Amino acid sequence: MTHRVFVVRELGIVLALVLLVAVTAIVNPRFLSAQSVKDLLLGSAILAILAVGQAIVVITRNVDLSVGSILGLTAFATGSVFVAAPGLPIPVMVLIGVAFGAALGAVNGGLIAAARVPALVVTLGTLYVFRGLDYMWAQGRQINAADMPTGFLRMGTATVAGVPVLTLFAVVVLVAVGYYLRNYRSGRELYAIGSDPAAARLYGIPSGRRVLAAFVASGALAGLAGVLHAARFGTLDANAGLGTELNVVAAVVVGGVAIFGGSGSVYGAALGAVLLTVIRAGLPVLGINPFWQDAAVGALILAAIGLDRALSARIARSLRG
Amino acid sequence: MSASLLTLDGVSKSFGAVAALRDVRLELAGGQVHGLVGENGAGKSTLVKILAGVHAPDAGTVTLDGQPLRLSGPAEARAAGIAVIYQEPTLFPDLSVAENIFMGRQPLRGLRRIDTAKMRTDAGELFARLGVHLDPDRPARGLSIADQQLVEIAKAISLDARVLVMDEPTAALSGVEVERLFAVTRALRDAGAAVLFISHRFDEVFALCQRITVMRDGRWVSTDPVDALTVDVVVRRMVGREVSAMYPKQDTTVGAPRLQVRGLSRDGAFADVGFTVHSGEIVALAGLVGAGRSEVCRAIFGIDRYDAGEVLVDGVRLSNGDTAAAIKAGVALVPEDRRQQGLVMELSVQRNATLPRRWELARGGLLLGASERRAAAAWAQRLQVKAGRLTDAVSTLSGGNQQKVVLAKWLATKPRVLIVDEPTRGIDVGTKAEVHRLLSQLAAEGVAVLMVSSELPEVLGMADRVLVMHEGRLTADIPRQRATEESVMHAATGQADA
Repeated sequence: MTHRVFVVRELGIVLALVLLVAVTAIVNPRFLSAQSVKDLLLGSAILAILAVGQAIVVITRNVDLSVGSILGLTAFATGSVFVAAPGLPIPVMVLIGVAFGAALGAVNGGLIAAARVPALVVTLGTLYVFRGLDYMWAQGRQINAADMPTGFLRMGTATVAGVPVLTLFAVVVLVAVGYYLRNYRSGRELYAIGSDPAAARLYGIPSGRRVLAAFVASGALAGLAGVLHAARFGTLDANAGLGTELNVVAAVVVGGVAIFGGSGSVYGAALGAVLLTVIRAGLPVLGINPFWQDAAVGALILAAIGLDRALSARIARSLRG
Repeated sequence: MSASLLTLDGVSKSFGAVAALRDVRLELAGGQVHGLVGENGAGKSTLVKILAGVHAPDAGTVTLDGQPLRLSGPAEARAAGIAVIYQEPTLFPDLSVAENIFMGRQPLRGLRRIDTAKMRTDAGELFARLGVHLDPDRPARGLSIADQQLVEIAKAISLDARVLVMDEPTAALSGVEVERLFAVTRALRDAGAAVLFISHRFDEVFALCQRITVMRDGRWVSTDPVDALTVDVVVRRMVGREVSAMYPKQDTTVGAPRLQVRGLSRDGAFADVGFTVHSGEIVALAGLVGAGRSEVCRAIFGIDRYDAGEVLVDGVRLSNGDTAAAIKAGVALVPEDRRQQGLVMELSVQRNATLPRRWELARGGLLLGASERRAAAAWAQRLQVKAGRLTDAVSTLSGGNQQKVVLAKWLATKPRVLIVDEPTRGIDVGTKAEVHRLLSQLAAEGVAVLMVSSELPEVLGMADRVLVMHEGRLTADIPRQRATEESVMHAATGQADA
């Protein structure tokens, strides 16, 4: 029955998505052209990867506000590494980015475990610290597309059978994480920790270790997103990913992951990322003033939370029966 | 008699200055059900948490099979074969019932993946053994307390534990469910497990257990075979204290009805509770933890809404669920948990003491320090609050002095009805006497006092009348002359002859 509830949540997002795409396509049929769909997929891939990482953390009743800064720092690091070693194979670069992000995530998780301070505060701090390091490193410099291998840059926009490579990255990450969370003991323990931290202690679940791992995973995925960001945009300065964290949290919440942990899925979070991207792309097509876009995203978040409350109240009632 | 499987010897445990267990001993034998009884606060739950590996004892030894046992956490206790059913169910509301049972021990298939199908059938088999119908796939959220308890029991049984600890497992169960639980417990016992059974229901303890240990005030009192005991003996050992002369109850003339409660009910908490407290009267509300006493107080004060009934103060009906109206009508509630509910720990003593009167004390909407200080100083002196400075954070005070600040805060509103929930919990003897003197004095001034207390000497020493609750209902109304420890305990444990 839990699964059925999840399905209902994700179905809601899919319906909203279909409705939005349909209305937009009626107004402007070019919205569904191959190029436009490719742009949408490309645009949502990085956000979806970040949302999957964020969902892992939010499920444990924590939050990671530093993902935008980790993305920025890793993107700049990617450019710098290519400047220093132009011949580096792309897979090695991807691994370096993931490891770098994971290390930054470990800093978050370590501080939270050691200082026993809420994740909100710790990652708000590291948001500024990581971004500050980025500024210090960049010193106002910019790394241009010319400084990076063309093969790497091509990966940022290339397609396989019409599907952007970046989207394939996102799908692989999504399926792997989704499968892990549903089928492995440690994955289920993440849900247990978020559902009732006190009960998790009585069960003997190693909460500290699991939460640390969740932050490492979120950092690693933000690192991956940073490498992909470098490949896609080519031009890098210290501002890459500035302010992304709130978009990511919005995608997760819209995707039905309860902000108090314990429920929701990474599939929902990824769908949330796609929905936000489509809204930002679709509203101008519908002739809606761009100033309204943020308001629309905000309304969607409130609607998602409202739906959450209504659903849980109804489930509670029907189960008490 | 079979050999001892699990032994506790000289076990002590303190939390801060409060000693929860002092030099406790206990021997659990394989193939036996051992009963553990004691009043609220006797240390039973602390003992359970030591066996569960949640708390480590400060002193003393725990041995299992003759080997010293040092538990560093609940997972280790479980690995050592100790299963615990807690008084309060500890489930994950978002996860399915089956996952709650098997969390951390889910059956696996290839690549260490969880075998969901097997987990579901295993859970179904456990419920079949218990003879209950629960859907293993439904989330734990929304389960009734009884069903949650059944999930806890299924979890404990699934461990095939050698030592099974049950802390009041039957509190929420119906008669049939209790019988099934007993059948399963006896089967485990016959298979060689040692069972520790904690309950306030003496009929169950006597029906199920072979030996009974009595605890009081964190100490071991006695352990005897059940044949050598009667309910009366056990009750006397549980309470066995002198009612000391430290309760300076003044004789007062009882006046007109002040607080009238009629047919008050809230689904799942209490049902059809009705009583009257007169001006000048101290009425104690006694009963075991979970009997619904605090819930009734919260409903009267308007914190929780009630489903049926009415509350009148001086003949005027209070609107349901309206705390502001209750305060306006002259009701004050000194809550059970002063740190969480009674005080704002970071604020100063004077600000805490004057919080309910902040509007009266303000001049033109501005709350000036001077008026706060004057009002707080007057009460601090009257209640003899020992604080360094009135501007210190209230968290720096001792428990007893904190309690006085809570009392000052509400007494300053000049209440006509004062509800005090566990007014002397966790405070030292001297301060206790001061609190009692104060309550008595207030009653003499015409305040109607309703006092919830789990300490029988306090109940008997202070109250003009004792109301006793058992499982959400009033079971006795005993006048001061007839109130004894035995009569109150009998009513609180649901024995018919009060």
